[in-house]
Amino acid sequence: MNMLNKDVRLVENVFSNALELAPTRDGFGNGVTEAGKNDKRVVVLCADLKESTRAEWFEKEFPDRYVEMGVAEQNMATVASGMASVGKIPFTASYAAFNPGRNYEQIRTTIALNNANVKVCGMHAGVSVGPDGATHQMLEDIGLMRMLPNMRVIAPCDSMEAKKAVIAASKVDGPVYLRFGRAKTPVLTTKDTPFEIGKANTFWESVDPVVSIITTGSLVHEALLAARALDAEGIGTIVLNLHTIKPLDTHALLSVAHRTGRVITLEEHQIAGGMGSAVAEFLSEKCPVTVTRLGMQDVFGESGEPNELIRHFGLDHVGVMDAVRACIRKR
Amino acid sequence: MALSDEQNKILEEKAQAIRKTIIEMLVEAKSGHTAGPLGLADIFSALYFHILKHDPKLPEWNDRDRLVLSNGHTVPVRYSAMAHAGYFSLEECKTLRKLGSRLQGHPERARLLGLETTSGPLGEGLSQAAGMAYALRMDGGKQRVYCVMSDGEQQEGNIWEAVMFAGKYKLSGLTAIMDRNNIQIDGMTEDVMPLESLREKYEAFNWHVLEVSGHDIPAFISAVDQAKTIYEKPTLIIAHTIPGKGVPEIEFDYRWHGKPPTKEEGKRFLAEIRTLKGKVPNEYA
Repeated sequence: MNMLNKDVRLVENVFSNALELAPTRDGFGNGVTEAGKNDKRVVVLCADLKESTRAEWFEKEFPDRYVEMGVAEQNMATVASGMASVGKIPFTASYAAFNPGRNYEQIRTTIALNNANVKVCGMHAGVSVGPDGATHQMLEDIGLMRMLPNMRVIAPCDSMEAKKAVIAASKVDGPVYLRFGRAKTPVLTTKDTPFEIGKANTFWESVDPVVSIITTGSLVHEALLAARALDAEGIGTIVLNLHTIKPLDTHALLSVAHRTGRVITLEEHQIAGGMGSAVAEFLSEKCPVTVTRLGMQDVFGESGEPNELIRHFGLDHVGVMDAVRACIRKR
Repeated sequence: MALSDEQNKILEEKAQAIRKTIIEMLVEAKSGHTAGPLGLADIFSALYFHILKHDPKLPEWNDRDRLVLSNGHTVPVRYSAMAHAGYFSLEECKTLRKLGSRLQGHPERARLLGLETTSGPLGEGLSQAAGMAYALRMDGGKQRVYCVMSDGEQQEGNIWEAVMFAGKYKLSGLTAIMDRNNIQIDGMTEDVMPLESLREKYEAFNWHVLEVSGHDIPAFISAVDQAKTIYEKPTLIIAHTIPGKGVPEIEFDYRWHGKPPTKEEGKRFLAEIRTLKGKVPNEYA
């Protein structure tokens, strides 16, 4: 039985093999261009990666509001802070390994502590970067960013949600970190799927759920595949799309944790410091339940094809199903 | 426009008052930096009482010039100048570095309007000032952006990214002021990590460079005025200063970079302050 939440208006054929595929960075390109149309204060700064970050989509529309920074991410963050202080809404775009990897302290001091209206955009996050290997597969950015006071952290699940997240980020005052992937992944949400910063959406709910799968970013689709297969085995789950890692939707977390008593988190990030950590920290204080964190188990990534790597590190639907079965057995 | 003798005298008196308050604040705070703020007092007198277009009653006034202090550890000089200019009371200066104070050990914009940014970690102010100058120009603004930075922080890579950026985009609205006092925490800059030749380095990045004494107020103001006439480049003013200037017994002594005077030393320093017609041993020998 199909237990997709109808209220979130996912695409009709969400389990089809023929789903449209697009990288979430496309959502950045579309979203920031749209945000630029809505608000002329929006400017985009990019560190020599305008094609692969899709910053050039914005440049085509608004050449005067696009700023080429060269390969200088520390300067990009601090110039953006200066621009924000005189009224602009800067989006900084580079690979997450460098933005916020390279320029962390600049972001900490001049964006987070200043509460500057800068949107830090990290592309090529996660192992699904693929063949480029470990140096370019950023796996610590959620942790870096969610530790900073004033910072909001969002990892959209597909290009459609990414577009909405970028537009929403342009409308809130203050710093936001947005995380995007390189690989083409299924587009499962529609323009009618609700998106609100800080409000998680239940995408799947079995009749009698015993495990909650809390996930973020491009692995949401894998979680849905697992949920459907598990349901067929008679194991009910809830799949929660936690697109906003900070501020946490504590209401949604408490609700699913109370109902199922078991939680699995799934993300393309180190299990230390990431979304799973955030969930575990919160639940351990407010609703102690069994939490199993799926993600990178304190290892770096390596070269390979995106799907191959997701499978290799146990982050695909098969890995999720194994983890769900294991956590049921534990009880 | 040349400064009249009377104007110059007023600015020197302000510098004297700024120095006095710096010493009082540091004695009270029992921690903080002494040499840098004293060395910058003449420049901050010129900035707050002659150069900057600003209104202490309206710190967020959009048309104000922007002053970014990159070497945030010298912030006592800025707090002192702001207090004397009327941003807040001299009494509040005594809260420096104390719990709940707006006057944090390193400046924090969110706590005190008028600071423009948060600084302390070195090498970040020039980029922010460049971002301000770039964005203000986008909107056709006439505001000028000043960035006071140290010489030691020229060792940070971020500085040179900013220098490259401002040169490429010809940010003529940006004037950087380098406090060239040749000291840093571990010793003399040229021993720790040589910076020279600074002029040639900046010029190579398409900057206009001027050099003045940071204690010659008319010369400094004249350099700032000259910067306004350079339309195709940002300007760097290398202001040669004496660390600890104004208190003879600590002048030139790098050991005073990062410590405050004790109460007794403070009393002695206050008695010794000599901005007015002050001469330094071997300065004019």
